[in-house]
Amino acid sequence: MSLIAAGTESFEAPGIADFWQPLVGDGAFALTRSMVVFGVTAVVLSLALARVSGRLKPVPSRSQFAVEGVYSFVRNSLGRDIIGTKDFKPFIPLLFSLFTVILVNNLFGVIPFVQFPTFSRLGYAIALMSVVYVTYHTVGIRRKGFIGWLKSFVPSGLPGWIVPLMFVLEFATFVIIRPATLALRLMGNMLAGHLLLLVFTLGGEYLLLHSTVINKAPGVMSFGMTLVMSAFEILVEFLQAYVFVLLTAVYIAGAVADEH
Amino acid sequence: MTGDIAILAYGLAAIGPGIGIGLIFAAYINGVARQPEARGVLQTIAFTGFALVEALALLGLVFAFLFKGQTG
Repeated sequence: MSLIAAGTESFEAPGIADFWQPLVGDGAFALTRSMVVFGVTAVVLSLALARVSGRLKPVPSRSQFAVEGVYSFVRNSLGRDIIGTKDFKPFIPLLFSLFTVILVNNLFGVIPFVQFPTFSRLGYAIALMSVVYVTYHTVGIRRKGFIGWLKSFVPSGLPGWIVPLMFVLEFATFVIIRPATLALRLMGNMLAGHLLLLVFTLGGEYLLLHSTVINKAPGVMSFGMTLVMSAFEILVEFLQAYVFVLLTAVYIAGAVADEH
Repeated sequence: MTGDIAILAYGLAAIGPGIGIGLIFAAYINGVARQPEARGVLQTIAFTGFALVEALALLGLVFAFLFKGQTG
């Protein structure tokens, strides 16, 4: 944001560097804006959920109704329907925590005065991904044994000569591609969406204040686009939280599934 | 005009996954319209396929940043 205010009359487009915002200190041990947002999320979420679940009533209050709605959505349509009625219960806490943490963090990307999507920093997405990664492989090894786990990569009933090839491909999918895309999908969507808002806001500001009179109208339109894209961002934020938890459930379902 | 050709290449790389994801969700909508009670099953299949196809676009995004500014 300081790029434009520097007095030079040329517009510098926002980039990845705008997402590195240390508040205290610098370098590897800096306290960054994303850390603060994540901390606020953790506190707000645990306080709110503890408060609501501490006084459950047969006739739910409005907040209890909302939390129950989210919970039953995650439990039924993500947990039970995908993992299966037999095995889904131990995974509900994981799925529910992932969903709420990602959703609240994402929504902080558009909530005024916070406006920083934590997961636009890849490290946060990788942290969540590693929890999922360890979970679905541990569950798979426990359920099938180490050899059975390796065997489960290759679909049964293939001709013998294609099995080594399929094993290499599927091993890469399970061990590298799946976790990498899980983290990158969340980070890429949050980064791209926020960068888009940044482009429209900074571009609009530049066109309005630092450019010729003719450019005032496109400047106003650019701010209009910011509003439209913000609405679109909210949709994407819900969708990404949903997709992340859905894929977690799908991977766990693959790990607990019996051989067929 | 200056810029980074890696970003342009990412634009090209996103065409394939874009078409692929379009086909997947077209099939999903078709399926749900014909058989609304199969929505739950179809949704899982659609999103699993979507994740698989989107992996290509995400790899493209990573490579675009990886090879950014490299010459020769």
